[in-house]
This record gives sequence, structure tokens and C-alpha cells, in this order.
Amino acid sequence: MGDEETVYDALDSAHDGDGHWAFGTGFDEPLAGVDTTVPEGIDAGDLGAYCLMLGDDALVLAQRLTQWVTSSPELEEEVAVANVALDLLGQARLLLARAGSVGVLGRSRDHATASVPDEDALAYFRDPDEFRNTGLVEAPNGDFAQTMVRLLVAATVRLAVFARLRESRDPVLAAIAAKGVHELTYHRDHAARWVLRLGDGTAESHRRAQDGVDAVWPVLADLFTATAVEQRLTAAGVAVDPADVRDEVRDVLRTVLDRATLQLPAWPADVPPRGRTGGHGPELAELLAALQGLARAHPAATW
Amino acid sequence: MSAPALERPPAGGPLDPPALQRRFDATIAAGQRIEPRDWMPEGYRRTLIRQVAQHAHSEIIGMQPEGDWLLAAPSLRRKAILLAKVQDEAGHGMYLYAAAETLGADRADLTDKLIEGRQKYSSIFNYPTLSYADVGVIGWLVDGAAICNQVPLCRSSYGPYARAMIRICKEESFHQRQGYELLMTMMRGTDEQRAMVQDAVDRWWWPSLMMFGPPDDDSPNSAQSMAWGIKRHSNDELRQRYVDMSVPQAEFLGVTLPDPEIAWDAERGHYRFGRIDWAEFKRVISGDGPANTERIARRRTARDDNAWVIEAATAYAAKATRE
Repeated sequence: MGDEETVYDALDSAHDGDGHWAFGTGFDEPLAGVDTTVPEGIDAGDLGAYCLMLGDDALVLAQRLTQWVTSSPELEEEVAVANVALDLLGQARLLLARAGSVGVLGRSRDHATASVPDEDALAYFRDPDEFRNTGLVEAPNGDFAQTMVRLLVAATVRLAVFARLRESRDPVLAAIAAKGVHELTYHRDHAARWVLRLGDGTAESHRRAQDGVDAVWPVLADLFTATAVEQRLTAAGVAVDPADVRDEVRDVLRTVLDRATLQLPAWPADVPPRGRTGGHGPELAELLAALQGLARAHPAATW
Repeated sequence: MSAPALERPPAGGPLDPPALQRRFDATIAAGQRIEPRDWMPEGYRRTLIRQVAQHAHSEIIGMQPEGDWLLAAPSLRRKAILLAKVQDEAGHGMYLYAAAETLGADRADLTDKLIEGRQKYSSIFNYPTLSYADVGVIGWLVDGAAICNQVPLCRSSYGPYARAMIRICKEESFHQRQGYELLMTMMRGTDEQRAMVQDAVDRWWWPSLMMFGPPDDDSPNSAQSMAWGIKRHSNDELRQRYVDMSVPQAEFLGVTLPDPEIAWDAERGHYRFGRIDWAEFKRVISGDGPANTERIARRRTARDDNAWVIEAATAYAAKATRE
């Protein structure tokens, strides 16, 4: 079998230093080597709280999308949906690590042992009322049409916010946003293509896509209302006021739905932020129980 | 390298004219590759479709045992690693189905055959994953065995299959390294974690040995496949290579392989190992393993519950073409 030994050797050295492998699957901490000093004039507590909002959105939506893996309509979609989830998970890790780096860890450190990195303390050892994601991402998937409508809305909002955050006065947040913009552009495109196909596909897919839109729309009510943290950080040049992306988001969604021959429901009236201040439904508790159960069962373990 | 000039049979002539057969035989004998447009004997085509499809099915069904831990992975880094791995497996399935399609098979039809039980997949994926250590052990042992099986296939006589295998082997070996690293980390952790690793090794060791297929004296298709260059080494040769690689890795990790007969045989230059329970292998491969029903049911549900999505995409594509 001698002539194959060279193949084994090649395999051994095939893993180093190329960008082929997915982000976050290597051996480094998410913010390794990054200067995490908070620039003067920025409130560290607010910055950390804001990173939790954006990080929790990504973590919760990644978990929802992961529920499709091994059950997707086609193999190409298995790959795509896992890819989107992986991107969002990467964003979540960077943002949670950023929150941890400025000391915003909530009660998580009361439960997690010292060997647990900040990103995991925050993901695995906070209770539902400490999560800051919006209701949009925590809602159950529904069918494939509803999943893609939700992804379209979530990616559109997040892309609009991240595009602006590239100018954030916090250089870490700005760098995370710059990386995320490329990913989110793909996510929005992927979801929009499915909404077109389903809306303008068969009678059944049209009905399902319309049902998906009708199910997702009410959850948009608190998407564009800022918390006090977001208002203060927007004034300080660090964050984006969600009200500022409202028109852009509506334009994109109107255009896609229109081309998909779907009915645009009335925009829900603004309500005060719910998820961003810790108000969640039972769906989030259920999602977190699945996410956190194993880690919490072995608090002293290292993984 | 494809066989040069095509010698087409005269219209109405015999299907396997001797000249084409001779050219095919010469290509195989020279260690060159058969390409999709080259003439090939029907038996070669059928055998390859069966082997490549079975391999593709194994990748797709193989997403499930580990996929069951995706939502619960105990750290975000482990979740990212596992998600990327399961995604790679879907990608492997895609390349392999595409390789089968170059032989005239159809992916949807192969999927139907899988779901109807008319084509098989690796019996290893019919065992359940009971703890997170299973994720590491699957990476170390199951992917390790797959690599032993697959590296020789990078030189398979059928070009598209050989090329798919090169990429797949690279990714598999990354997965194996990640699995082993998870186990090393767990072995440095708590007593409970070390017990989880040992328990997983106890459950997966023997099934991983069965991944090389029946012993050589009971492997009906092997001789022809070797002659065609579809297979390059016998089942028992590859199994021995795998044992020789795994025993020192187990020692380094600090786990005991569940076989008291494992011992170094200086004379042969190989490790001896105990007798495999082939009755269990036959039971599991013929559908009576712990998770066969569940694995196939999930594929069936994914196909049937989402059939409307595929219909919509097809209808939309047809409209776009008309416009």
C-alpha cells in the first residue's frame, strides 16, 4: 500500500493556514489578538448591552435555522441553511465575546465556572429574561415558506443595521459589522430568491408563502423602536437607531413581495421594545432549554 | 486521463463489440481513468452506480446521528465545528450523487431507492449517539475508518468518483482531527467526561471495524471490483491498516479498546484483534439495527413534507424560461 502513504501525508498537512475551513471551527478564541479597549467617551455597559442584543438575535436565529438541518427540501438547501446558520453563529460568538470583553456578563458568571469562556457563559448560563433578541427571531419556524419569509425580514433588517455599523465608533463592532455585511447580503439574497419562487410558483406554494408573510408581519411591531441603550449609543456614534432603517427595510420587503405576487399586509403600529428588554414568549424558554441543557448538566466540564 | 479515440459500434451492431472492450481493458490495465463519455461494460456501470450511490446515501444518512447534537452542542465553538461538519457531509452527498449522475443515474430516483430500502447505506449510521462523546468518537473512529476506505478510492478507475474522493478525503481528515481533539479535551476534563469517552469507544469500536465490509472470503463482489480498479485493496487489508493506526491513538488518548485480544504481533508487523460478530453486522445492514427505521423515516419526511417546495421551484423555473 506504499504509494498511498503520500496521500496520507498530504492529508496531514492539508489543514494549515488556508482559508478553506468555516469561520470559528479552528482552535482560536473569537477575538484572539484583537485590541478590545473601549474608546473614550463610550459607556462600556451600554456597549456590552448592545452587543448582547445583536448577538442574541444571531444566536437564536442560528438555532432556529439549525432545526432544518437533515430535514431540508433538497441537499443544496441543507448546505445553504447550514451555511447561513454558521455565519450567524460566528457573528453571535464575536458579539458575545465583545460583550464579555467589556465586562457585561449579567448573572452568567454566577453559574459558569472559570474555565467557561465568556461567549459560552453568556450563551449557556443566562436565563430567558436576560436574553435581548427580538420576537422576530425566536418565533418557531413554521413551514419552509414561513422560515424563508422570516429569514428575509431578519436579514434585511440586520443588513441595513450592519451596513451603518461599519462606521461605529467602536472599532471592534465596526469590524464585526464589516465582516457581517458580506454574509448578510448573501442571506437576504438567498431568502428573497425563495420568496420569489414560492410566491410565484404553484398555487399551494403561493398560499403557504402568503400565510408565512401573514404570520411573520405582526412580529415586526417592536422591530423599529429603540431602547434607551440604543438611543444613547446612537447619539454617541456607536449604534444604529432601528427607526433609521425602517424605510429602507420596508422598501426592500415591498419590492420582493410585489415581485413574488404576494400581498403586503399593513405595517403593524410601533410598540415599545419587548424582546430587547427581556420580554419573551415560552418559545424562547423551550429553545434555550435545548441549547443549554447539556452545558448546564456539566458545569465543571471543559469542551 | 480519458481513453483516446472513441470507436463507435456500427449502427445496429452488438452492444459490447470486442474492440471497445479491449480499449476499456487497456485503459484499466494502464492505470488510466475511465471518463463519463467513454464506453464501459454494463456491469462496470451498474457496480459503480451501486457503490457510489451507497456511498452518497451514507453521507446523507450520516448527517443524522451527529446532527442530533447540533442544537445541544455544549459550547459555541463545538456547535460551529459540528455544523460545519454536517454541512460538509451534505456537500459530499452532492458530489457523489453528481458522480452517479455522470453514469446515467438520477438523484431523485436514487433517493427514492434509499427510502424504499432498495439501496443500502453504511450500517454504522444505524447506531444511536447517546452522549456528546459520541460526536468525538464518530470523528475519530468512524471518519478514521472512512478515510482508510476512501484514500485508495482517490485512485479509482472512474474519473468523477476519484476526483470527488480527493476532496472528500481532505475534509474527512479534518473532521477526524477535530473529533480526536474533542476527545483529548474531554479526557482532560472531569471524571464524568472521561467515562463518557470510554463508554462511547466501547459502543463504536466494533461497529467501526464492520465498516470495511465482510471478510474477504465472504465478499461476493470484491474480486470483480478489484479487477476493474473500482476497489484497490481487500476489506481485510484495509481493516488491518485501520486497527494498526487506531491502537496507538487509543493509547495516547488513554482509553481502552473493548477487545482483550488486541496485541502486537511482531512477526507479522501488525496488531492482532478479536473476532467480529458478523451476525450483528448482517442484522444491522438488513434493517434491524437500533435506528434504521428512524433514519429512513426522517429522509422520507424531508422528501414528502417538502415536495411542494420542489414543485414550486420547478414551476417558477419553467415560467422564467418562458419569459
